[in-house]
Amino acid sequence: MANPETGGGTHPGYPLTREQLLEMYRFMVLARRLDERMMTLQRQGLAAFVIAGAGQEAAQVGAAMALRPGIDHVAPYYRDLAVNLVFGMTAREAMLNALGKRDDPNSHGRQMPAHWGNRSRRIVTQSSVVATQLLHAAGIALGARLRGEELVVFASCGEGSTSRGDFHEALNFASIHRLPVIFFVENNGYAISERTEKEMAVEHVADRARGYGMHGAVVDGMDAVAVYQTVKAAADQTRRGGGPHLIEAKCYRLWPHSSDDDDTRYRPRAELEEWSKKDPILVMRGRLLEDGAATEAQLAELETSVQEEVREAAQWALQQPDPAPEDALGFVFKEAD
Amino acid sequence: MAEMTVLEAVRTTLAEAMERDDRVLILGEDVEAGGVFRATDGLAGRFPGRVIDTPLAESSIIGVSIGLAHYGMRPVAEIQFADFIHAGFDQLCSEASRWCYRTCGDAWLPMVVRAPWGGGVHGGQHHSQSIEAFYGHIPGIKVVVPSFPADYRSLLRAAIEDPNPVLFLEHKRTYRLIRQEVDGAPAETRIGRSRIARRGEDVTIIAWGLMLHEALAAAEQLAAEGVECTVVDLLSVQPLDRETICEAAKATGKVLIVHEDTLTGGFGAEIAATIAEEAFEYLDAPIRRLCGPDIPSMPYHPAMEHFFMPDRERIAAAARELAAY
Ligand SMILES: Cc1ncc(C[n+]2csc(CCOP(=O)(O)OP(=O)(O)O)c2C)c(N)n1
Repeated sequence: MANPETGGGTHPGYPLTREQLLEMYRFMVLARRLDERMMTLQRQGLAAFVIAGAGQEAAQVGAAMALRPGIDHVAPYYRDLAVNLVFGMTAREAMLNALGKRDDPNSHGRQMPAHWGNRSRRIVTQSSVVATQLLHAAGIALGARLRGEELVVFASCGEGSTSRGDFHEALNFASIHRLPVIFFVENNGYAISERTEKEMAVEHVADRARGYGMHGAVVDGMDAVAVYQTVKAAADQTRRGGGPHLIEAKCYRLWPHSSDDDDTRYRPRAELEEWSKKDPILVMRGRLLEDGAATEAQLAELETSVQEEVREAAQWALQQPDPAPEDALGFVFKEAD
Repeated sequence: MAEMTVLEAVRTTLAEAMERDDRVLILGEDVEAGGVFRATDGLAGRFPGRVIDTPLAESSIIGVSIGLAHYGMRPVAEIQFADFIHAGFDQLCSEASRWCYRTCGDAWLPMVVRAPWGGGVHGGQHHSQSIEAFYGHIPGIKVVVPSFPADYRSLLRAAIEDPNPVLFLEHKRTYRLIRQEVDGAPAETRIGRSRIARRGEDVTIIAWGLMLHEALAAAEQLAAEGVECTVVDLLSVQPLDRETICEAAKATGKVLIVHEDTLTGGFGAEIAATIAEEAFEYLDAPIRRLCGPDIPSMPYHPAMEHFFMPDRERIAAAARELAAY
């Protein structure tokens, strides 16, 4: 099967070329290594707070690679480091963000780490208040519709966040206007300590799609390729006026909620062990080898180079200037041009 | 020169803005049919696709406006009654107000939220509220409170052209009550200035919305008795024109602040504190506030509603006392 995006042939059994598969794997490994390094920095007292996406890399990279950076917009949530990487954020910038440095392109030290936003990359600025971004996504999509720009807006959140009114208001609004939005729920089973059963009385978030008159799908969020396929199909359809989609990626949070959280209070160790066997990075690695997309040596080289990139990025970021205290005063209002 | 009501001023200015800039669009409940106050009457027909009925969901009206503004449109959202804006408080206060700040100017929001506010219309607890203190507290949102049609014209135009979120408060009692001769084009202005609406050397009265008109009527009455008032038309709650307020306070040394909102934590407290900090040496009497009583809401029955709201008689009485202090 020829891949319309690259013109080249896809790897047997995959909707992606061999190069794309390796790129996908690389983004996943990069996100994980960054998370690990940030956590080390936090333990060393150099970073105040970390909120990681470990376990959700397949969902994030699979989804983001199905979009078109530079054209499509993303309104991510705090775990979406990997989405940001696919949309152009560098390892160095991610480290600037983790350390709250002056030149962090997301918020220049004004927000806690993992509050993303970068206008030129079409990454919508995000706050700590969960689910608000889903409405911003609907607004961007409406703007694009009115301007005749053909694009997709990707908005993500955790399953816990789907209880908020803004989630429901966003789905309703987007569906009424058949806006090109993909609502992407990364269902990792927990909202801090609360299991899904305490957050909702239906089994799947995606079941709710019908109630809003929109497309819904559940996908294995531990499988990057499956996520890619699902999001790609949705993106192609919604871009052409097919209306919004609600996609639920079933995944698992392998780490505690944040660097401040003790998950032994609420999470059975046996459950964690079970899911750790499905670690999306290990699974993807195994498949690439098994299906002949890469050799051990190639993947080892890729992993070493990522490791080195992350080490260098952290070293570099630590040397970068902090904001001046009085930098806190600027940009309350935008000056008129 | 044509005479215009407040409502006509709003409608005309919206139409002009849409005519001038095709990025301007209107969204809100019932706006396609003209809105419950008919502020958007006729606009849906004139500007197809740019006047958009929304579901009855205030967080979405503001949240979607944020997305539109971020994208580069110029949304003017209508909240049907200011009393219902609180469901969108989170979107205004946690998101819109900080968009520019939290990105250090990388992103910004040229958006307006219009909301009819205020009492005196037998609206009871949920159709009479003053909301300026809640939102005036938040740096990053501009809050505008005009009183005369000409100011509605110039300030609404300025709000739509402003690159920041602006909460534009329209006193619903004045919609059809207040008329003014208005020239063709709105005057150039910028948000954040107050105006001395009347000059006198005995007492300074500071007010906005319907109360500004009551204050002017009271000043008229007092002038006949030989008490001359300076009346400040606040126009903007955020940013606050500290200079004009303090100059007016210094000029008479006696200050009366009048608002419909309840006393405790009402915006008058901020104005009083500003004067106390910056013009204390000039004061000849304690600053006085005439406000709604500290009860949860404006009651429905006309007698109780009247009891709740300051009016020209009570303003005149308070100013008289101050003058004699
Ligand atoms: C409106 C709001 N309430 C509470 C919080 C505190 N909080 C932060 S993350 C979180 C859990 C969110 O869970 P979920 O949406 O499932 O995402 P996950 O963290 O599991 O990826 C909570 C309660 C918040 N940020 N926003």
